Parts: sequence; C-alpha cells; structure tokens
Amino acid sequence: MGINVEQPADAKQLLKHNIILTSIEKVLNWGRAHSLWPLTFGIACCAIEMMSTTNSRYDLSRFGSELFRPSPRQADLIIIPGSVNKKLQPLVERVYNQMADPKYVIAMGNCAISGGPYRDSYTVLPGVNTFLPVDVYIPGCPPRPEALIDGVLKLRERIMHPERAVKVSQDEQ
Amino acid sequence: MPRTQELNLNMGPQHPSTHGVFRCVITPDGETVTRVENHIGYLHRGIEKIAESKTYPQFIPYTDRMDYLCSMVYNQGYVETIEKMLGIEVPERAEYIRVIMAELSRIASHLVMVATMAIDLAGTSNWMYCFREREKILDLFEMTCGSRMTFSYMRIGGVAEDLPEEFIPACRKFINEFPEKMNEVHELLTGNEIFQARTKGIGILPPDMAVAYGVTGPNLRASGVPYDVRKNQPYSIYDRFDFKLPVRFNGDCFDRYLLRFDEMEQSCRIIEQALDSLPEGEIKGKVPKMIKIPPGEIYHQVESSKGALGFFLVSDGSNKPYRLHVRGPSFVNMGVFPELAKGWKIQDVISILASLDPVLGEVDR
Repeated sequence: MGINVEQPADAKQLLKHNIILTSIEKVLNWGRAHSLWPLTFGIACCAIEMMSTTNSRYDLSRFGSELFRPSPRQADLIIIPGSVNKKLQPLVERVYNQMADPKYVIAMGNCAISGGPYRDSYTVLPGVNTFLPVDVYIPGCPPRPEALIDGVLKLRERIMHPERAVKVSQDEQ
Repeated sequence: MPRTQELNLNMGPQHPSTHGVFRCVITPDGETVTRVENHIGYLHRGIEKIAESKTYPQFIPYTDRMDYLCSMVYNQGYVETIEKMLGIEVPERAEYIRVIMAELSRIASHLVMVATMAIDLAGTSNWMYCFREREKILDLFEMTCGSRMTFSYMRIGGVAEDLPEEFIPACRKFINEFPEKMNEVHELLTGNEIFQARTKGIGILPPDMAVAYGVTGPNLRASGVPYDVRKNQPYSIYDRFDFKLPVRFNGDCFDRYLLRFDEMEQSCRIIEQALDSLPEGEIKGKVPKMIKIPPGEIYHQVESSKGALGFFLVSDGSNKPYRLHVRGPSFVNMGVFPELAKGWKIQDVISILASLDPVLGEVDR
C-alpha cells in the first residue's frame, strides 16, 4: 500500500520454517483429495469388486478413501458400480443431489460408462454421463480392484490440480 | 377421538444391507413389523429379452452377470441345457473340471453370504476374514481363465481352456487350509453372544411354508427338507461323488447361516474327490461351428449356491433362442421374505434378509 514496513532481521528465516504461502482453495483441495468419503451404493457385479477393494488384500484405506458412508449427506464421492436402468435413474439422481458440495462421481465398469453389454437393452441407460457429471471413468467388466484404486488416485490428482483436467465439450461426450 | 396414522418405513434401494438395489416398504407397529412389501426391478436389464437377439454361444457372458457371486454354476446350467438339447457328449475331463469350478464358486458365494451377514450385524473383522479366503479362490479362477468374477469359462461341449499346471497343487493347498480358516470365523462370529442373540430363533421358516413358496437351496435345507438338485436329480457327474446332504431343522437365521458352513465342507469333499480322480484327455467335445437347435423345448435344472436354477429354452430351429426363461433361485426365495419378516422387530428384518442371501442381479435379471 505504499508504506514500507521494516521487517525484522530474521523475517526471511521465519518464513522458511513456519509460514506457507498458498491460496485457501489449494489447501481445501489438498484436504478434499486426501480424505474422500465414498457412498455405500452397490448396484451390480462391480459392487462386489468395490467391496474387495476396501477389503484385506487391496485395502483402499492406504489412500485415505475407505470410509464408506451409507448416508449421502456424509459422502463426497459416489461410485456408480453397475448398470443404471430407467427405474433406478431418478433414485441415483436424487442420492447425488442429496450429497453436499463439492462432490465427485466415478463411473465404474462398462455398464456405467456406456451401458456395456446391456447397451441394446430396453431398460438400461447408455452410461451415467447422460445425467451425472462424471469425473473418472474406469473401464472393465468388472474392473479389477487395482483399477478402482488407480481411478481413485486419478480423481485425487484431478481434485488437487483442477487446471490439469481435460475439458470435454458436450458434443464430444 | 385420537386418530392414528400408519407409518411406512422405506428401506432401500440405497441401503447398505439390502445386498444391492432391493427395496422394501415396512409398516411397523411400534418396533414390530406388521407388513413388508417387496419392490424389485431396480436392476432389471432385460437379460431374457437380450437372449432372443444373441446366438447360443453369445449368451454365455450374460449368464455370468446374472448371479455374479457364483457365475460358474450359471455358466454350467446354461451350457448343459444346450448340450442336453443337442445331445452333445462332453469329455470326462471337462466334466470334472466343471464340477471343481462349480464347487469352488459355491464356496466363494457362501463366503460372501457369511461376510455380508456379519457386516450387516456389525461384525466387521469377520467380513475381512471371509474376503481374504475368497480372494484365494479368485486367484484359482484367475490362473485358469484370466478373470476374477465374470468367467464365461464353460463353453458348449466343454470348457474354454485346460487347467494350468500350478492349479492342482494350489487348489489342494486351499482345500487343506480351508477348514482351519473357517474355525477362525467360528471363533469370532458363531460363538459371539450378540450374533447369536440376533439370529437364534429369529425368522423361523417352517418346512411347509418353505415348500409352499418354492424356496430351494440352503434356505430350504435349513428348514429340514432334504432337497438338492445334485442329489435328487443328479446332473453332470454328481452321482459319482460321495457327499452328504447337510440338513438343519430349526429354520431360523442361525441355522441358515450354519448350513452354509456345512455346505462348504461338503463342497471341499467333492473338490478333493474330483482332483483325485481327474482323468487326462480332451476338454472339448465335438460341436458344430454354427449351433442350431431343432425346434422344441427343454427345461434343465442345476443347483446353484442359492437353490435350484432352471433354464427353460424354446427353440424355433434358428441359431438364436425363441425364448429363454430363467428360474432364478434368489427371485423365488425373495417371495417368502414378506411372510417371513412379519411379526419380528425392525432390526430382525436385516438379519432375515441377510440369511436369505439374495443376489439382486439374478432377482431382477
């Protein structure tokens, strides 16, 4: 502001050890990325792999995302593990709307990405991106637990560095 | 005059203990349940309709995705239906491999049942123990056919690939270690006072009601009715193995839970005998390249981990089924749930549902 404040002699030293300069948004994103709370919402086969991922061998809690919450009010990540049909779609949408911001969506498995083997069916929607903003797509039928862990890590990177996320226009989807 | 209003309590489809997207509406009177209404169809994918637009071999992957916990049995049921209709001879070795795979699948499925029942009643450590064992079975499947859950391993006339060399020692190791690992589960969960209080004498299914509702599988046998397709109408080569038909007589949640352990024990026995007498030879019989089934209809039953699984196939002579109907055991077993849950407390509904062990992929199809 045009006023020179005289710094104490050891100010630089202090800055080095005790003060971190950053933006609030970055700190918040760092926190969000490292403690994702997914919603317990098993739909089909992929849900069993989702359960395996949180279990003893694969142990998703190593990455701070194991705290599955049954209530959408407490969750900030919804994993869609399976095919969504016309009867289930309004419910998924409602559960998603009940989650508090910021919230993220992972489409797990081919059914959630594009309808998978049921694309020709008269009930199944061709992917959850028709009604939800999907952050990460994990292909596979069903994806292995390693793939889900990789997807969660990708989401983490995306939360920490939102500027790196590739923008996909509406007609490309 | 005071007016009272009925309270409707909605459970599901997004609920941690409905095993998928099952929904039921409970009408409680205080804590006691007076009425339960099943709502299904949240995972309906029209598999039976899809079958009409796929050729016979193309439909095998869809059978995996019906009951994704014991896919091998579903594969087996479907391919055996077609073999029966075409009169295809399956080589001995392939039959033995099929039995081994089906029984491993049954163990894996029952492990998930025990695990989910434990976690529904808040026994988290037991959940982890069962999944640890299940991962070992999935390893065996993976080394054989490359997939963990959806195998499409059984083909019309045989199996897709022969067993790898390391399979037999690994399988034997698993079978030998398995009973000891199950003792860990018994120590943790079966003897637990809280678990027993929540399951013993809860949700009693009398044998006549079970038969009237068409309940099959472990749920029926826990009510004291000794019916198993493997024993009563032996298919494949099940008549060659020496195994017992475990039956329990109380018909409550605790018996349904314990019966799964008895079944796993018998499955281990079958696998052991099959490994001992596994013959050498071909793994695939003579099958025409284009599979066309002469006009007619057929019904074939196998025993899945949930009960009697039937395929009803109508053919019009082309290379696609005219109609394929699946008699899903979970679907039929779920029919008894409203009747079974009536009169119990709200928290008992959870243990009753867990002990019936439905898989919604197969209920809704």
